[in-house]
Order: sequence, then structure tokens, then C-alpha cells
Amino acid sequence: MTQDEALFQFLLRMGDSTLILGHRVSEWCGVAPVLEEDIALANTALDLIGQTQMWLGLAADIEGQGRDADQLAFLRDVWDFRNLLLTEMPNGDFGQTLMRQFLFDAWHSVQLGHLITSTDTRIAGIAAKASKEVAYHLERSAETVVALGDGSAESHKRMSQALEYLWPFANEMFVGDEVDAVLFKAGIAPDPASMRAEYDILVERVLDQATLTRPDKDFAHKGGKTGRQHTEHLGHLLATMQWLQRAYPNSKW
Amino acid sequence: MGWAMKTSIEQVWDWLDAVPDPEIPVISIVDLGIVRGVEWKGDTLHVAVTPTYSGCPATRMIELDIETALRANGVEQLVLERRIAPAWTTDWLSDNGRAKLEEYGIAPPSQAGGPERCPQCGSKALTRVSQFGSTPCKAHWRCDSCLEPFDYFKCI
Repeated sequence: MTQDEALFQFLLRMGDSTLILGHRVSEWCGVAPVLEEDIALANTALDLIGQTQMWLGLAADIEGQGRDADQLAFLRDVWDFRNLLLTEMPNGDFGQTLMRQFLFDAWHSVQLGHLITSTDTRIAGIAAKASKEVAYHLERSAETVVALGDGSAESHKRMSQALEYLWPFANEMFVGDEVDAVLFKAGIAPDPASMRAEYDILVERVLDQATLTRPDKDFAHKGGKTGRQHTEHLGHLLATMQWLQRAYPNSKW
Repeated sequence: MGWAMKTSIEQVWDWLDAVPDPEIPVISIVDLGIVRGVEWKGDTLHVAVTPTYSGCPATRMIELDIETALRANGVEQLVLERRIAPAWTTDWLSDNGRAKLEEYGIAPPSQAGGPERCPQCGSKALTRVSQFGSTPCKAHWRCDSCLEPFDYFKCI
């Protein structure tokens, strides 16, 4: 695997994760429990989709096949997506959406923190930009996890269930492969396994405040970042997200 | 257009300072601090713009407004560069811009992480409603004295 091949895969992993989560979060637009939450979710989705344009734009440049970010987003099928499985999981209730967001935001902030010092200045530049936005995402999702976890008996129960359900998907974030090894050696991206300790400290502090317990299972559902085995949910999401470009090819806004 | 005919860089900055931000029209894009460079390269004018938030839907509108303003002033060859790094920061907002924001009813960014005072009545008794607001760059606050809700320009 050449460095550029690894870089392309890595950029898809970043851009597809922000794209798919951005789309998922945008599904709340107009139907969130209260107006303030609706606005916060829509703004989070907007940031994530903006970051997607940078990651997939760079991926398309590296690939050098004449594709652009839009073509990568709208004209690939399930098996070509490299997003973390966590990001494609259904919204469930509001609590499950915010638990998913928190588990992702915590990883995202740690990951971007490392990428700011990447030897690839293009990646460092995108990471510096994105990390400012993600600081706000993390602040909000952590606050909401605490409010609901340490809330009523019903909200506590739902947050516990969401955590148990999502945790094995979050574990995929720390499973490395050849792509990660090539980029780690070149100083471009961190070794995923090495981020676990940092992640656990952050997550456990918030879960503790939320009166929730970090599951001790380290089993990981895998296959999102490699594209080998997405869940059944991704195809349905893409069918909605890509419909317009598929039905009316090359249509422009 | 020969070298002698070229407009001065100062003049171009003045033209850009007349382009309002599409979402907060009381401040110009120069006040906002997103115009990061203006220079002639031969007969072509290069203007670098740094977006505030990655997903800000106003970015394309701003680029279009810049192009329209400069073409209206006779600039023929123009290249707009979208510059990501260094990332935009609220530190680049001009003092003039901060004053105009407050006058308009938007509390300017503050290092403390929240507004200094209510832009309506000046009270310091404030409550944060949400870290997110009507645009990506703003949070939603409320004054506990005059009870008016207001936007706070987030510090990033």
C-alpha cells in the first residue's frame, strides 16, 4: 500500500464519518423535542457536513481521478463508504442520539487534537479548523448526557440502554489496520489504539457525573472504517441522502 | 490593463469594506476579519477569504458578493482563494465590527466564554439558553433583567 493509497482511505474515513453522522443528525431537523435542541442539532449537522467538504475535497485531490467531494458523497454505494459504524446507527430516541453524539465527539476531539500536529499541513489545517467547532459539539453533548443520565428514573434508564447498545460500535474507533500503520509511521495520523487511554479518561469523567457506568466489554463491532461490513442501516440512509443525484444525475443547486 | 492603471490595494480594501456580511449586514466582511489577503499578481487580483465555520452557508454568497463588488468597480481578472489555514478566529473581528454588533443587538465575543453584558440594557445578569443559535457563529442567551433574548457571537 502506497502512502497516497493509505491517505485516500484515511480521508474517506474522516469525511465519511462526518458526512454520515451529519446526515443522521439532520434527520432531527423540525422534529426535535424543543426548538433550542432542534437548532443545536441542525447547527451540529451543518458543521459536520462543512468538515466533510474539506475531508472529501482533499480525498478527491489525492485520488486524482477527476472526482470531487460531491461525487464521492453522492455517487458511491455502501461498500465504498469508510465511516465508523457508530455514525450510521439510527437516531433512536433523543437520548440515544445524544449518547451517540457524545461517544463520537469525545473521539473526534481527541483525534483532531492529534491531527493538528500532523506532518501533512493540509490535514493539520483542516483539523485546526474543525477542532474549534467540535469543542462546542462536545461541550453540548457531554452536558446533555449528564442532564439525562442524572435526570429522572426514565431518562437514566434510557441513557444506560443507549450506552450499552452503542458501546461495542464505539470500540471500532481504536482498532487499527495497515492504513493506520502507514500513516502513523509517516507522522500523518495517530495510532488508533494509542488514543484509547485519552478517550477513556474523558468519557469516564462525564459518565461518572451522569451516574452511568462505562461498559467493561472491549468487544468491537468492526467493518465500517474498512468498508467490509456495514450495518443494514447505511443503505437506507444512502437511499434517502443520494436520491436526488441518483434520480436526476448531475443536477445542480 | 497596464501596470499604471491598476487600482491600489488600499482602494480594493475600501471596496471590500463596503460589502456587508449577508447574515449580519451591519458589519462588513472586512470587519468580520474573513478577508485575509489582497494582492495583484500581474494583471490579476487575488483575494483570499477564510470562512468562519466550515459549514457556513454564507461562504458562497460572500464569494459571490465580493466578485460582484469588484467587477462593478472595474476589476476584470480576479481569483478568489478559499484559505482554510490558519483557521478563522473571533480575534480577527475589528473593534469597529464589535461595536456595530453590539449596537445591532448581538453581544460581541468575549474570552470569558459568554457575553459581557446584555446588548439591550447593559445588565450583567445573564443566562445561557443554548450554545447554538440562529447561525453557526452564534449562541442563544437571555437577559435576566430586561428578559430579552439575544444572540451572542461565539468565541472561536
